[in-house]
Amino acid sequence: MSKKQIIQSDMSSLLSAEEIAEIDAELAHVPYKSGAAIDALKIVQAKRGWVSDECLRGIARHLEMSDEELEGVATFYNLIYRRPVGEKVILFCDSVSCWISGCDDIKTAISQRLGIDYGETTSDNSYTLLPVPCLGACDRAPVMMIGDELVTHIDDEKVTALFGKAIRRAEE
Amino acid sequence: MPTIFIDGQELEVNEGENVLEACLNAGLDLPYFCWHPAMGSIGSCRQCALVQYQNEEDSRGRIIMGCMTPVTEGARFSLNAQNATQFREAVVESLMLNHPHDCPVCAEGGECHLQDMTVMVGHRDRRYTGKKNTYRNQYLGPLIHHEMNRCITCYRCERYYKDYAGGKDLGAQASHDHLYFGRHEEGLLESEFSGNLVEVCPTGVFTDKPFLKQYSRKWDLQSAPSICTGCAVGCNIAPGERYGKLKRVHNRYNHEVNGYFLCDRGRFGSGYVNSDSRLDYAGIKAADGSFMAVPQQQALDTVADWIKGKNVAAIGSPRASVEANYLLRELVGDKQFNAGFSDSEAQLMAAIRQILKTTKALNPSIKHIESADAILILGEDVTNTAPRVALALRQAIRNKSYQLAEQMGLPKWQDAAVRNLAQDQRSPMIIVSAMDTRLDDVASHCLSMAPDKIAEFGVAIVEAMAGESTSNKQAIKVAEILQSAKNPLIVSGASMQHWDIVNCAVAIAESLCSKKTSAMLSLCVNEANSIGSALLMPEEGPSLAQLIDNSPEVLLVMENDLERRLTKQQMQQLMADGTQVISMDILENATLGASDLVLPVASYAESQGTLVNMEGRAQRHFPVFEPSAERLSSWQWLLKIGAAIGHKKISKLQDFDQVVAACAKSHADFAELTKAAPDNSFRDRGLKIPRQTHRYSGRTAMNAGVNVHEPQQPHDNESPLAYSMEGLNRDQPASLTPYVWSPGWNSNQSLQKFQAEVDGPLKGGTAGQRLIASTGKGATKKATLAAVEMRAKHWQLVPMHRVHGSDELSVHTDEIAQLAGIGFVALGVAVAEKLGVTEGDGVVVATADTEVRLEVCILSRVAKNCIGYSAGYKETLALEAGSLATLSVAENWQRRQPQMIATDKVATSPVIGEGDSAHV
Repeated sequence: MSKKQIIQSDMSSLLSAEEIAEIDAELAHVPYKSGAAIDALKIVQAKRGWVSDECLRGIARHLEMSDEELEGVATFYNLIYRRPVGEKVILFCDSVSCWISGCDDIKTAISQRLGIDYGETTSDNSYTLLPVPCLGACDRAPVMMIGDELVTHIDDEKVTALFGKAIRRAEE
Repeated sequence: MPTIFIDGQELEVNEGENVLEACLNAGLDLPYFCWHPAMGSIGSCRQCALVQYQNEEDSRGRIIMGCMTPVTEGARFSLNAQNATQFREAVVESLMLNHPHDCPVCAEGGECHLQDMTVMVGHRDRRYTGKKNTYRNQYLGPLIHHEMNRCITCYRCERYYKDYAGGKDLGAQASHDHLYFGRHEEGLLESEFSGNLVEVCPTGVFTDKPFLKQYSRKWDLQSAPSICTGCAVGCNIAPGERYGKLKRVHNRYNHEVNGYFLCDRGRFGSGYVNSDSRLDYAGIKAADGSFMAVPQQQALDTVADWIKGKNVAAIGSPRASVEANYLLRELVGDKQFNAGFSDSEAQLMAAIRQILKTTKALNPSIKHIESADAILILGEDVTNTAPRVALALRQAIRNKSYQLAEQMGLPKWQDAAVRNLAQDQRSPMIIVSAMDTRLDDVASHCLSMAPDKIAEFGVAIVEAMAGESTSNKQAIKVAEILQSAKNPLIVSGASMQHWDIVNCAVAIAESLCSKKTSAMLSLCVNEANSIGSALLMPEEGPSLAQLIDNSPEVLLVMENDLERRLTKQQMQQLMADGTQVISMDILENATLGASDLVLPVASYAESQGTLVNMEGRAQRHFPVFEPSAERLSSWQWLLKIGAAIGHKKISKLQDFDQVVAACAKSHADFAELTKAAPDNSFRDRGLKIPRQTHRYSGRTAMNAGVNVHEPQQPHDNESPLAYSMEGLNRDQPASLTPYVWSPGWNSNQSLQKFQAEVDGPLKGGTAGQRLIASTGKGATKKATLAAVEMRAKHWQLVPMHRVHGSDELSVHTDEIAQLAGIGFVALGVAVAEKLGVTEGDGVVVATADTEVRLEVCILSRVAKNCIGYSAGYKETLALEAGSLATLSVAENWQRRQPQMIATDKVATSPVIGEGDSAHV
């Protein structure tokens, strides 16, 4: 009953005033508070790179949702990160157009250069590599996104230009 | 009724049902997972596929989902078409990609719906050779074990827990092939109804954790039809036994009472039956105060010697059976018999007895309660006093969404659509209570008032309904809501121990009845046989206070811990008076300790008896197994005592059925007691009903560790059930169904084979017999409200009942004791701040008579000048409802350690297999 409520009553203070203001702006557009859940998660992620457990509980409290309900939303979407990610997230398309265009080899090349596989972050915290089913740029396949930037027609040259030649050792 | 064709077979089906229901009603085995009779259809598992044909010429057809397709006149389907059977097999095969082959070590094995469906669709060989998904399991508290690897993502758990039971802390996470059902973080599942996950889950994701510690397969359990003794709702249960231990409790379907679900007290609170503090032998107190175990006969001789020709008084018990109470009353006579309520509760129960016999309102079953379209709850925290009723109330508030659905022509079973349509629109539920209740989250209005103010508010509602002028705007609003409903329900009860509140509830219900005929009045009472005891309470019987003042030479106490009924002074007076006290009980308690002679009593699971629930339904429980050592049912002890002293009436009674018949004959209220269940002469095709399944294994060898000689099976000469595998468990009277099983249906889903139709009563009828037929003359008494005079710096004590903790017996179960915690005082935030205490701190609560140190618990809403205290906890037995108390901070208070969760255990204990952490 109340134990939880007491602890959680000021949970939303875990969010910054700026975040709360932006979430409140979204709330004006939805009939139910929970309707702003995705936007709230995106807002927090934009500021912090990912959504921690504490932030998730803070948002849940602010939107009057249960932690479980918001967790369901947060984990449903691949692009809401519930674990820390590197400074830039590489969304590497492995869907059919890119696959035909040889994305498998390029992925191997990137993995070798960065020393990470899907779901991993480089030790210097600069990149996290994630697969993505399509980026809507099949005409320019193979493609990936690095941070907010779309990289098209990826080939060895571009990989070298972006990530250098050195092959890093995979982290244990 | 529409006619449909399934594989050419012409079927008359019910209007508005879906094809899956039609198939099951026709006795056809159509596999399914996500559909549940109480939760409707969402079409998520794709298992109940059939082929539907456009017309007679159409030979190709198309795949449809049975659970999502309404029956329509002339529709043609095929269950056996090749594309349908292939589709269903493919669905199971796809589920098997990730499902582990761990049936031999899975607690669900042998009663697994997934196993049944896999066999039913004919899927045998796995073609997939890859790796399976694995998951981290969560620690979900002491009651539920979590094993996510087995999940087939049918969504039943989430739909039951969140949508049906109103839980908040279990949800679906992630998506596609890494879907996860669990909490945001590890910890106790907070719902009081979490145990039903065990039965709702079609496989072994959620299993009964206490059962895992002493596991047996379903087919090895000996079961009998039984009744939960946890509260007055009278849920039907099917406890299972092996090796002389009560292993687990499963739900036993009763169409009008508990349906498919139990509360956690009912499911997990029977561990006390196996407790070390059970009494095995009779004992006589020696001069040094210790007890000396004596053989049964010696104990009986001593009792006979003590009571013969003496002034003997007796105290019965609202947790003992009607039969035992009846015999005790006969033994000592009306003028010497007390029913065993505390004196204040006895007055209230006498009033409730009168109300039930005369009220114009309907005293509803749970089925009725689910039909209410406006609810007023006065003073009761139903989730904690009559939990299963609260679950029904959560369904009743959905009637609004069913109305909306009907307007749209949407069938009720279209669960997702109906919920989507209604969003948060609910039928009104008004809760008037002193503090938080566990239904607040779905109430339309929550009003916090002190108990005496609740009664005043009730009077104002009655006035408003009668059209009299009242200045109370809230009362006018409530009156309007109730009067505009078709099927209003008033809920109140005995837990506040406040007669005015109950009286007002009656007045409101009857005022509604004067305008419409269907108002319902549900009164929650405290114990399993409270109503039975109230009906047996003699008019001229002594109160407990009188009885003690009379100082009888001998006092017989039956299944009653007087510490819970008497004040400390009364208890001391009783012990000091030189009265010889003979007690009979199940577990050690203060009364037994203070007695001169004790007799060991069989628990509900080892004895036969009838309990009368809050709606006045007499229901019989049968022994699941023979009592060990020298335990006997109370009624058996009393028959023996009656015979030993040559009691005129009792010595003529030989067996249980004769006791029932004698009780029915001597009390008009119990005239229909014999109809509660068939008697000992009942035979189905010449045989008694078997307690054991036909696959019961090791019957002749399982006690070889004790004695290699094959033992004779015990004979049951008292009931229509046998300790045997022989006989049929099929369509006998509902009160005699020990477990459910049907060929091909090993899980509890076989229940549908026992139901006359899907979600309907059992083929054998509905168990139990309602005893009380109201005269309908009206029960309203003129309210004479007694206001509590407040004093400065004093607070009024309001009892707060707890599912885990307030019940006398279930707290002797380890898991329940862990959840119950210690006695507490509940304060509003303002009071706590003023005292400078927070949750878990200690406070001294001082009344005129006593002073107790209690743990603080913080309330989110509370009436002015009120504080709550844990009712029925041993720490708070001395506190009296409604009395005034002062508060001060307790000195040298040791805060309890917060409960550890499994991840903490990993750090402290490296033992693999300890707790759930082994899987992480």
